[in-house]
Formats: sequence, C-alpha cells, structure tokens
Amino acid sequence: MGSIVLDNVSKTFGDAVVIPAIDLDIADGEFVVFVGPSGCGKSTLLRLIAGLEDVSGGRILIDGEDMTETPPARRRLAMVFQSYALYPHMSVRGNIAFPLKMAGLASDVVERKVADAARILNLTDYLDRKPRQLSGGQRQRVAIGRAIVRDPVAFLFDEPLSNLDAALRVAMRLEISELHQQLKRTMIYVTHDQVEAMTMADKIVVLNAGRVEQVGSPLELYRNPKNLFVAGFIGSPRMNFLSGEAARKLGAATIGIRPEHLALSTSDGLWEGKVGVAEHLGSDTYLHLTIDGVGPLTARMSGEFAARPGETLRIAPEAGKIHRFDDKGMALS
Amino acid sequence: MARAASARRRIAFTIIGWAVGFLVFFPILWTVLTSFKSEGTAIAIPPQFLFFDWTAENYATVQSRSNYLRHMTNSIVISLGSTLLGLLIAIPAAWAMAFSPTRRTKDVLMWMLSTKMLPAVGVLVPIYLLFRDFGLLDSRAGLTAVLTMINLPIIVWMLYTYFREIPADILEAARMDGASLGKEIVYVLAPMAVPGIASTLLLNVILAWNEAFWTLNLSTSQAAPLTAFIAAYSSPEGLFWAKLSAASTLAIAPILVLGWFAQRQLVRGLTFGAVK
Ligand SMILES: Nc1ncnc2c1ncn2[C@@H]1O[C@H](COP(=O)(O)OP(=O)(O)OP(=O)(O)O)[C@@H](O)[C@H]1O
Ligand SMILES: [Mg+2]
Repeated sequence: MGSIVLDNVSKTFGDAVVIPAIDLDIADGEFVVFVGPSGCGKSTLLRLIAGLEDVSGGRILIDGEDMTETPPARRRLAMVFQSYALYPHMSVRGNIAFPLKMAGLASDVVERKVADAARILNLTDYLDRKPRQLSGGQRQRVAIGRAIVRDPVAFLFDEPLSNLDAALRVAMRLEISELHQQLKRTMIYVTHDQVEAMTMADKIVVLNAGRVEQVGSPLELYRNPKNLFVAGFIGSPRMNFLSGEAARKLGAATIGIRPEHLALSTSDGLWEGKVGVAEHLGSDTYLHLTIDGVGPLTARMSGEFAARPGETLRIAPEAGKIHRFDDKGMALS
Repeated sequence: MARAASARRRIAFTIIGWAVGFLVFFPILWTVLTSFKSEGTAIAIPPQFLFFDWTAENYATVQSRSNYLRHMTNSIVISLGSTLLGLLIAIPAAWAMAFSPTRRTKDVLMWMLSTKMLPAVGVLVPIYLLFRDFGLLDSRAGLTAVLTMINLPIIVWMLYTYFREIPADILEAARMDGASLGKEIVYVLAPMAVPGIASTLLLNVILAWNEAFWTLNLSTSQAAPLTAFIAAYSSPEGLFWAKLSAASTLAIAPILVLGWFAQRQLVRGLTFGAVK
C-alpha cells in the first residue's frame, strides 16, 4: 500500500533548476534514504513527495494513484521535520492527538491511540507537558508519535536527528530502525550523514545537484560505486583517489582505494609513503601518508597499529579492491 | 568573593533601575501631586513636594466646568474603534505579506511606513477640507476613520513581525496532519497569532488615546476626546497649573490602569522587532 513512484519529476524555483528530472521507484515497506551534500535538493524532493511544494513537471504516484495535484492533507503521508515543528500551544497529548482529531476519530479511540503511541515512545509521563518543557530527544519522540498515530501509508523524515547530540543520535537511529521493523511501513529518510544512510537504509538514493547519482543497497554502493561522486560520498574515512601515473598503469584515469583496503608494512608494497599525522580512535587508527609523486593517502589500521611521524612505510592495496574510473569519472568494470 | 561581587552588582543595578524608573515616572507623579494643590501652592517657589494642604477642589472645578464623562466616552469609542477597524484591515494584509511574500513585499511595507514620515501638518488642510465637505468635522466617525488611517502602517508592521515569527514548519506540519485550511487557521495559526494581535491592540489603543494632533484639529466639542479636555485647560487658562494637572490626571488615569494590567503584552509590543 505504500509504494511511491516518481515519474520524471522536476522542480524549478524561478530560474533555478533544483531538480532537473528524477525517476524513482520505492517499494512498499522499504526504508529509503536520500543522501547527498548540502543544497543538493534532498529536502525539496521530500517536500515534493509530501505535497508541500508543487512539482514543475512529472507525476507522483502513491500506492499506484496519481497524487501530483493532491494537497498534502490528503496524501496520507506523515512527516517528521528537522525542527520538530510541534504545536507550541498544545500539550504533548494535544500534539499527538492532533492528526487523529483532524481525521474526525471518536474521542475514546483518540485517547487509546495516543496512549499506545506514548507507551511505544516512552512519553507516558510527559503527556501533559508543553513542548517547551521537553528535551530535544523527547521533542523528537513527540514528533515521531504524532506521525505514527494516524497510520500513514508512508513516513517522511527530513534530517530528524541533526539537532541532537551524538550519543542521542545513535540511540534514536536505532529506535527509528526498530520502529520500521515493527510498523513495516515505507519510510523515506533524508540525511547528509552517510553513516545514518548506511546503517538504516534498505535502499540509498545518492543525490548530487538534484540528480540521482546511484540507487542501491548500502553494500552495493559501498562495493560497486557507479562513479567518483558516489565512491567519495559513501564510506568513512573517504575513499582515496589517485590519478596520474599510478592510475594509468591500471588503465584508468583515476583509481580509488578505500582506507580499510590498504596494508602497511616495512617490507613490501606497491607504493612507498611517508607517515604524517596518525589519528587514534581506540578501535582504529587513521594514518595519513604522503606518497612521492602520487599524493596524500589515508589508511585505516587496527587500534594497536603504531607508526612514528616521518617514518617510511610500504603500502599494499588489497587485491581486487581497487576501483577504476574513466576520465568522465564513471566506474570501469 | 565572586558571590559578594555579584551581590554588590545586583544591588547597584537595582538602585540604578529604581532611579531610572523614578526619573521616567516623575513628571506623572508631579502632575498628580500638583492636581491636589491649590493654585497658589502649585506655582510656589521653592516647590512643595508632599507637605502642603491637600485639596480635591481642582477636581470638583474641572468636573463642573467640563463634561469629563463625555470626553472619556469619546476617547474610548475613538481609540477602541480605530484600533479594531485597523486590525480588521491589517490582519489580512499582514497575513498575506508574512505567509505568501512576493518580491515586492518589502517595498510595500516600506511604502506604508513612509506615510508616517510625512509631517502630519502637511496634509492638515486637504484632510480638513475633506472632513468639512463630507460633514465629518467634530464627529466620532470622522476621528475614528482618521486615527485608523494614521495608525494603520504601525499596526500592519507590528502584525507582520509577529506573524513572521510563526514558523512555517508548524503550519506545514498541520497540513501534513490532515488539517484543512480552515482548521489550520482555527487550531494552529490563531492560537499562535493571538498574543501578537493582543499586544498590537493594546499598544495601538494607547497610541490612539494619546493622539493629539488630529483629534484637536478635527473636533471641537461633540466628538472631542480627552486630549481636547486637557487642551481646554492649557490654552486659555495656561496659568492654572493645578486645574490643568487635575484634568491631565483624569485623562491618563484610564489608560494608566489599562497599561498596568497589560504590562507583559506591552513590553513585547514596545520592543517589537528589536529582539528575535
Ligand atoms: N523556496 C525556495 N526558493 C528558491 N530556492 C530554493 C527554495 N528552496 C530551496 N531552494 C534551493 O534549492 C536547492 C536545494 O535545496 P534543499 O533544501 O532541497 O537542499 P538540501 O539537499 O535539503 O540541503 P540541506 O542538506 O542543507 O538541507 C538549494 O540550492 C536551495 O537554495
Ligand atoms: Mg534539507
């Protein structure tokens, strides 16, 4: 029931073309993440699906029905905003009950559904508070509660966690994933954090300047990025790119190798590099090296790996893990 | 150490606060005191502060000579009427500009404000002639209309800034939650807009209450509000300070009471746009 299809959807603001033309299929129950750099049109795309912006061209089908001209109130979608957008003059109870009241449900049904949602989200003790008396995480949960009570065909999230601190973000990430497993509803989640994208998504849509660069499961994107942009965007630390002689030897304009696919030793390796800064994360060590005539490189080693700055090491890329790209930045197979 | 320093600072600020407050309030206090003096004491040098023969005779005189009640009724009708009329026009205007701004919105706002930069005397003659020809001189309707127009730019500006503070996200959330435009206005927009409308109303009632240029020039007796009531004691009998003070005290008393009860709203209103 929650399938969403974008058919040649485009959006322009005045003269600015924000989304040239996008085709996208989202299956019922899928957790889809839109990811991309700031200003690439993620929010705009989400707002087009929500109906908060009018499309400039193309069609939007929700559950097989053309909803391009349908106002947001009748698309049966729920949205969680980055700013939470709670109603400041209503209690938590009033906020969660609002969509149910708008749907004209009987008050005992409203009561029950609000209580259920509050229990799922650990908000039972806060039902009579006003939003301003809640912490950021609690507010976020109220916003989610308001979304889940009315049983929408799909959920839309616009960077819902970006106002939370790091620890809370990780916890809420898990809660949203669990919610998805429980509710089995289509969710579209916008973020510019590729870790959120990798950990939550069934399917990632990588956007760049309003264009879809690649669509696929997190591992597909990690293993087989279609182009330089996706290769550089997915994965942390970022993939190393080398061009020039090193790439030409492998028949490519650019080659890419992830930091975790490099082995360092004193004895053998393809390149020779000088150790610069070492970042110790405890579990891992990120080593920043410079290869003469090739450029800088980051290697991800185990936490125990010790290297002195200025030391010279041999660098060996793992077999079969080198990505090759042509002069247009497209992946070569 | 630090605690002692901060306590000293607090005491200093308290003293300064009271001093400034007293300074600002002093003219009003002096007016009220003078109104209870005899005419002789009122102009006595050195001035007498508290220890004089208190008398209410000025109030009796003022009461018997002019019709305070009629002036006050006029003031209430005119200030409240012009404010409500102004809100009726300004709410949709500010609403439209705040929620669906166009490229020209800022220009329109500036243009509205620019009408306040013109000195009022500049249009006195044409307005006076219009009033004469339409038979509006010395009528409550005429004064209400002119005060509505005078204060309209301020009302629009204030409402505009208040409406602008309502986050668009919240309105969009209501839309996503299935609210029709009507329900969005009743359940979400109105409750958030009411405090802004209330402070605009209060501030504007006070502005209209104190407006003296147009009320004095366009009314003589029938529609004359309290400003005219005070003025009647200032021009021909300028030397009768005690009676003038009594009239002033009577004129500002109602608005002072209103202001006292609406302090919180007023502070928001007076600093509008200054802080986010
Ligand atoms: N109402 C608007 N009028 C004009 N341009 C707009 C409007 N809304 C968005 N844009 C432009 O569209 C582009 C995409 O904006 P959008 O908000 O979708 O980016 P985003 O991918 O969500 O970025 P972020 O990660 O920073 O939230 C931006 O260049 C932005 O300036
Ligand atoms: Mg965004």
